[in-house]
Amino acid sequence: MPDSTLSLKSTALYDRHVALGARMVPFAGYTMPVQYDGVLAEHKWTRESAGLFDVSHMGQARLIGADAVATLEALTPTDFATLVPGKQKYSLLLNAEGGILDDWMVSRPEGEGFLLVVNAACKDQDFEILARETIGNSQFEVLDARALLALQGPKAKDVIQAVCPAACELYFMECGSFDLLGQTAFISRSGYTGEDGFEISVPNAIVRELWDLLLTHDVVKPIGLGARDSLRLEAGMPLYGHEMDAGYTLVEASLGFAMQKSRLTRGDIRGIDRIRQQLAGDLARVRVAIRVLEGPPAREGAKILSEDGAELGIVTSGVPSPSLGYSIAMGYVPPAASDVGARLKLEVRGKSYAAQIVTLPFVANGYHRKPKA
Amino acid sequence: MKFTRDHEWVEVTGDTALVGITAYAANALGDVVFVEVPAPGTALKKGDSFAVVESVKAASDVYAPVSGDVIDANTDLSSSPDTVNASPEGAGWIAKIKLTNPAELDALMDRDAYETYLGTL
Repeated sequence: MPDSTLSLKSTALYDRHVALGARMVPFAGYTMPVQYDGVLAEHKWTRESAGLFDVSHMGQARLIGADAVATLEALTPTDFATLVPGKQKYSLLLNAEGGILDDWMVSRPEGEGFLLVVNAACKDQDFEILARETIGNSQFEVLDARALLALQGPKAKDVIQAVCPAACELYFMECGSFDLLGQTAFISRSGYTGEDGFEISVPNAIVRELWDLLLTHDVVKPIGLGARDSLRLEAGMPLYGHEMDAGYTLVEASLGFAMQKSRLTRGDIRGIDRIRQQLAGDLARVRVAIRVLEGPPAREGAKILSEDGAELGIVTSGVPSPSLGYSIAMGYVPPAASDVGARLKLEVRGKSYAAQIVTLPFVANGYHRKPKA
Repeated sequence: MKFTRDHEWVEVTGDTALVGITAYAANALGDVVFVEVPAPGTALKKGDSFAVVESVKAASDVYAPVSGDVIDANTDLSSSPDTVNASPEGAGWIAKIKLTNPAELDALMDRDAYETYLGTL
């Protein structure tokens, strides 16, 4: 390993990635596979078949006890009292001003308390806050002996049917604990690609065996972080450090679905005054989806201009979309400039190019939603 | 063919040269999905960024290996950027330059020296 990577951590699957010919890169303090066969091929494979991701660098933790809901609600805008066993919610860790410190997936498998999956780059901060700010009867535990795999794509369910059939009963944003290879796996039906898929938390001790088992299925190929980024962008999903950070609120970031009306009514949300003002219309910028109509891809940092050249905002992520064949981006503009269909310009290397506000997601999702009763 | 440490190549014929990126660079970039080539007439100094090659993940500048004036550019790359991956040191050429300081060629590596250099990376 080169000297520069000596201080990097690796996941339990490091040797598997290297054996598969992955290109390893530093990411959030870990050496991680950015690609195996190539980003384009991996992206398309996930959209058409099933892609296997090692996301063990992400933080996993558990909160239990009668006051676990109170602890979580003090830190987030989410109603956790209504997160019943077997369900999962998207949530946001907020600072005192309502700025976003991280985004979380919180699941509640029956009898296991609340399980958190948090961003790798934020996990030390998040866990320090959670350990410090547990309320009353709640106990916080970092699950650092667990690995996390994501199996994503329209054929993921066929593989799970063979490996852990009970987990196929789950609908989108449902979760459970299952026996898998003699150990307890926490499985949720969700992911970060817009496809139907599963996230599988297992003890490090069996993750190599599970990885190998999943790859024995011809429909499964390993997918690196490169395609993970282009897939989530097409799905319109924000990435911490790009579409959001402590300088943004959930209103600006268009992440209102992480906040429930019950919490807004109660008003016990960090930064509530600012959030209410913004919801009432006092809002300087809002996250939008942009289709590039000509010229090069517009990437993070590209200026967003009005048609007559006035500066409106900035691109936070952009990629030449492998599924759509044109470039897409997310960024921030004032609400008055955010109407779907509005024309604008993007500045790349000193020249400006035509673009247009479109709706999110860019690519229709394939979630396995529970039929409406 | 001569090479730079930034992984460009130059193929000289008389007082003109074709330039492009090496197979090593094309492989490192991954699937090329967009190429911005220079306009004919552009005057380049050695080391100027004169083209951009983009993969899904990133945009990479291409630097002029020698000084010269752009007399032609490979506009086919706008409709088939993947030619840079398929034939980086052939059909994937980026620009044709009329050399203004041919002595600069002496500082570039030949194929053997470039291969040796790649072995150190």
